[in-house]
Amino acid sequence: MSTPLDAVFQKVRSENRAALIAYIPAGFPSQSGCAKAITALAAAGVDAIEIGYPYSDPVMDGPTIQEAAEISIKGGTNAADVFSALKTATNAGVAAVVMTYWNPIEKYGLDAFAKSIVENGGSGVITPDLTIEESDRWLEATTKHGINPIYVVAPSTADARLAQVVAKTGGFVYAASVMGVTGARTDIPVDASALVARVKNATELPVSVGLGVSTREQAKHVAAYADGVIVGSAFIKLLLNSKSEQEGLDAITALAKELALGVREGR
Amino acid sequence: MSIQTSEVLGHFGQYGGRFVPEALIAALDELEAAHNAAKSDPIFQAELAELHRTYTGRPSIITEAKRFAEHAGGARILLKREDLNHTGSHKINNVLGQALLTKKMGKKRIIAETGAGQHGVAAATAAALLGLECVVYMGEEDTRRQSLNVARMKLLGAEVVPVTSGSRTLKDAINEAMRDWVTNVATTHYMLGTVAGPHPFPTMVRDFHKIIGEEAREQVIALTGKLPDAVLACIGGGSNAIGIFHAFIPDAGVRLIGLEAGGDGVETGRHAATITGGSAGVLHGTRSYVLQDANGQTVESHSISAGLDYPGVGPEHAYLHDIGRAEYRAVNDDAAMAAFALLCRTEGIIPAIETAHALAGALVIGNELGPDATLLINLSGRGDKDVQTAAQYFGIPL
Repeated sequence: MSTPLDAVFQKVRSENRAALIAYIPAGFPSQSGCAKAITALAAAGVDAIEIGYPYSDPVMDGPTIQEAAEISIKGGTNAADVFSALKTATNAGVAAVVMTYWNPIEKYGLDAFAKSIVENGGSGVITPDLTIEESDRWLEATTKHGINPIYVVAPSTADARLAQVVAKTGGFVYAASVMGVTGARTDIPVDASALVARVKNATELPVSVGLGVSTREQAKHVAAYADGVIVGSAFIKLLLNSKSEQEGLDAITALAKELALGVREGR
Repeated sequence: MSIQTSEVLGHFGQYGGRFVPEALIAALDELEAAHNAAKSDPIFQAELAELHRTYTGRPSIITEAKRFAEHAGGARILLKREDLNHTGSHKINNVLGQALLTKKMGKKRIIAETGAGQHGVAAATAAALLGLECVVYMGEEDTRRQSLNVARMKLLGAEVVPVTSGSRTLKDAINEAMRDWVTNVATTHYMLGTVAGPHPFPTMVRDFHKIIGEEAREQVIALTGKLPDAVLACIGGGSNAIGIFHAFIPDAGVRLIGLEAGGDGVETGRHAATITGGSAGVLHGTRSYVLQDANGQTVESHSISAGLDYPGVGPEHAYLHDIGRAEYRAVNDDAAMAAFALLCRTEGIIPAIETAHALAGALVIGNELGPDATLLINLSGRGDKDVQTAAQYFGIPL
């Protein structure tokens, strides 16, 4: 079974470029603001969108996404809002997935969560704290509903384990560029080429790089060796720092356009 | 009765496991291997035993609380005096073990989370003793509630980082410690302070604390000629409780009773009684009972005791609860403080407010079981750190 996300990677492969993937938490900066941001990102040339499920204990996120999640949770964001944001994205014509810590899925029900992904046009779910050892019941649900189970690998993931993780993965492999939490890192060059090469040795799946990418230059550099470039905190920072909703939307549109050029300049 | 007491691949029934970023798996594997090797390494075991004898002050003694017992239906009350350990609580058992493992793994930096500050002080102590760099994450709220322990940690050479995210308490300190660990895992060991977190922590921390129950079981038999009728301990994450329970798990006739922090009352929603008032879920890398809302968001806990103020609990306790081998009850703030005052005045022992929850449980259970019963209580910590809170509670001017 092929998802819209699978189709995106086929398309960018045929265009000999990398995909641009944006992350935004549901309900941030507000429910309506999130929908507008998603629409703006899609219009600006983003290929796929990750809808974040804001969670009370985001141990993998840096200060920027923590702040956004806190704003969203205070605004009352729940599972229905996450799926609504997912639908907004798929309606806007981009592939969309949900990125969530594990407990909200467990609380919602595994099968029900996978079913809601499909019903809202979503392609899959990124589960950064679900280890493959704990995945059996989840993979039954993702297989049954035909969605991509997306796992994260890290520079510390040894080759033997990497092979086990990618064997369970669908859609794309999420390569965390550095050891650490989410957040823009403008001071250091993002170099995940060694990890991406190791992943490519282990699988035919597309590999996308996340953590730290915030500029067109970085996107171009990563696009040289990866199939997808994931940008999250940089967009969120712009929305957090803007004085008005429109200013924020204009800023993320401008950045998305820049990044869309970057992912086309890498090869 | 035969009970599965050891974990299977890091699981206790449906609980436990690993729910962590892939970046941490290699470090958890390394830690598990080091712990397994240490268990069968006579040199490591001798080194730890020597530290416990000459530094911790083990074995800790048993004190019979006769005047306190008059208020507990006349049941015989035996206190396992972990409060007399160096640094004033059971926490030293775990940190010395983990500090030795840190050195074995060739790491030079430890990080720790702390709520009341007991684990932070213990971690800073072990780091000073073994020459390790130490950073302690503590919720900003807790640094205010427990400023004395912040000063102690600094005197011991540790850096204390106030955590300003989320509810600014223990759960957020753990979040921040995990973020540090993901970033610095190659050089840093995360010295987790309780029997929660991803495998191997619940098993490893239990193994370092089970000496409490092993000693106490022999001591009680030597003193009374038989096993106790019940073993009681307070429960936040559950390390002192699993420490004293573990040796008694095969003794089917011995009731194991954990006393959770009931705060203002479980029915008010303002409590930290995770097993009594929570449901199965995943928090901080392990599946166990969690205080959570309908969307799986962690709910803030409330307790007068900073050390029990945690919305999770160790997975082995969740398992012992579900199979019926241990019972868990909630003790409200007021009942805990009444037992705190009673122990001070009847026995001349100022307990930690955490521990006072177990003492309050003893007053109830002693009355239920009657004068022929013997209750063993883990007196897990001393109350020096709580003098300010207690003075405020009882209206004593400072």
